[in-house]
Amino acid sequence: MPGLITMDDLTNEEITSILDDAERLLPVARGEMYLPLLQGRILGNLFFEPSTRTRMSFETAMKRLGGDVVNLGDVKTSSVVKGETLFDTIQMVDGYTDIIAMRHPRQGAAQYACDSARVPILNGGDGAGHHPTQTMLDLFTIRQAHGTLEGLNVVLAGDLRYGRTVHSLSHALIRFGCNVTFASPDSLRMPEEIVADLKEHGAEVVETDDLLAQINNADVIYMTRIQKERFPDEDEYAKVAGAYKLQASDLDGAKAEMIIMHPLPRVDEIHPSVDSTRHARYFEQAFNGVVARMSLMCWLLGVTVPEDINEKGVIL
Amino acid sequence: MSQEGNMRRVTAIKNGTVIDHVPAGKALSVLKMLGIEGDMSNPVSLVMNVPSKKMGGKDIIKVEDRELTQNELDRLALVAPDASVAIIRAYSVAEKLEINLTEEVVNVARCTFSNCITINPREPLPHRLVVTKRDPLELRCRYCGKTQDIEGLVDSLL
Repeated sequence: MPGLITMDDLTNEEITSILDDAERLLPVARGEMYLPLLQGRILGNLFFEPSTRTRMSFETAMKRLGGDVVNLGDVKTSSVVKGETLFDTIQMVDGYTDIIAMRHPRQGAAQYACDSARVPILNGGDGAGHHPTQTMLDLFTIRQAHGTLEGLNVVLAGDLRYGRTVHSLSHALIRFGCNVTFASPDSLRMPEEIVADLKEHGAEVVETDDLLAQINNADVIYMTRIQKERFPDEDEYAKVAGAYKLQASDLDGAKAEMIIMHPLPRVDEIHPSVDSTRHARYFEQAFNGVVARMSLMCWLLGVTVPEDINEKGVIL
Repeated sequence: MSQEGNMRRVTAIKNGTVIDHVPAGKALSVLKMLGIEGDMSNPVSLVMNVPSKKMGGKDIIKVEDRELTQNELDRLALVAPDASVAIIRAYSVAEKLEINLTEEVVNVARCTFSNCITINPREPLPHRLVVTKRDPLELRCRYCGKTQDIEGLVDSLL
């Protein structure tokens, strides 16, 4: 069954079309219009590890479109703890639902589920692997701000080694001709395998450890959280993390239309002083998770988003 | 030692399969990949690290009274892609076979990445390694997408 496991499952034309559909669905996502395109459909939310935004936004997306949701619930009390295989869990949920959104700690779990299931699978993160629905909402946010995805200067900063959102996103940005700069501490650099892949696709990739020097030329700065547990001791963490904190005063020379994004949750890497600047876009970005996932579910279920939704929807 | 001398290290077999030009030192891995264990009744002869004009050094394996199938031989593509295989009947070469590297290596070895979903031995779907490059050989796990350590794969044979 087709699913969305990695961004390679989508052509550039499909990405553009799904983002166009998402754009039209904005009033529905905001609760300003009722448009039950997925009425009678059930989403299975299978989150084998904690998630707030991804799980909730999938649930909101399905409910805004008139569908319903069943949840796996806490893994500790489900049959997973009794040793059930992923294959068996998928066989069961496949029978209960029309589409499955899944997050799993093991890499490759989403493709494995896709090969086991008859209903479409949406990968909501598999280990340090892929997170394509996050990439779609990131692309939506960037396009919303700049009107295009092409030719932008995008700086990805922070933990590029373990952050799965930046792995999927960097691949997608390259496909749309963006210039990508990786700013990270040496120990958290983008994995060589990914850099090699990007270069093979003709990308010019710049790697640096100096985030502040990149600000003035950037159209997008995508921050990620540097996790304490990746470091051997507190001092080492404090030293590294300190260089990847943005404050409002750092943005004085930035382009007016530059946006700052973050997959959230943030800890210290974006100071609250940034929230009130014109550059802050991370909360809209989190909201965009709903509209991007609405559009993706329609696409995977073969449901057309009407060109003129005002004719079909009911204004609330 | 001449090529003829190499072959004479073990006697000619009447019926069975001869696998020649196995990279030096890989014969035991080849046996493992073919599922040929010590408790089988067929006689198996092994010559390791003998000189070879073509390869510098090589291993040779002779399995008596068993004709290996093309399917079995294709499993060898991971460790001995250039091996030459002869089916012997009544002391003569009855057939020559080549090892083919298929698009995907299925249920030969498990992914070497420690956090791959296939690490759980109870998961029932086949282990699938996709050939992404042929020379030099590069394989990626269909599920987790990790590039495999070809040397390491020998330790994760199924």
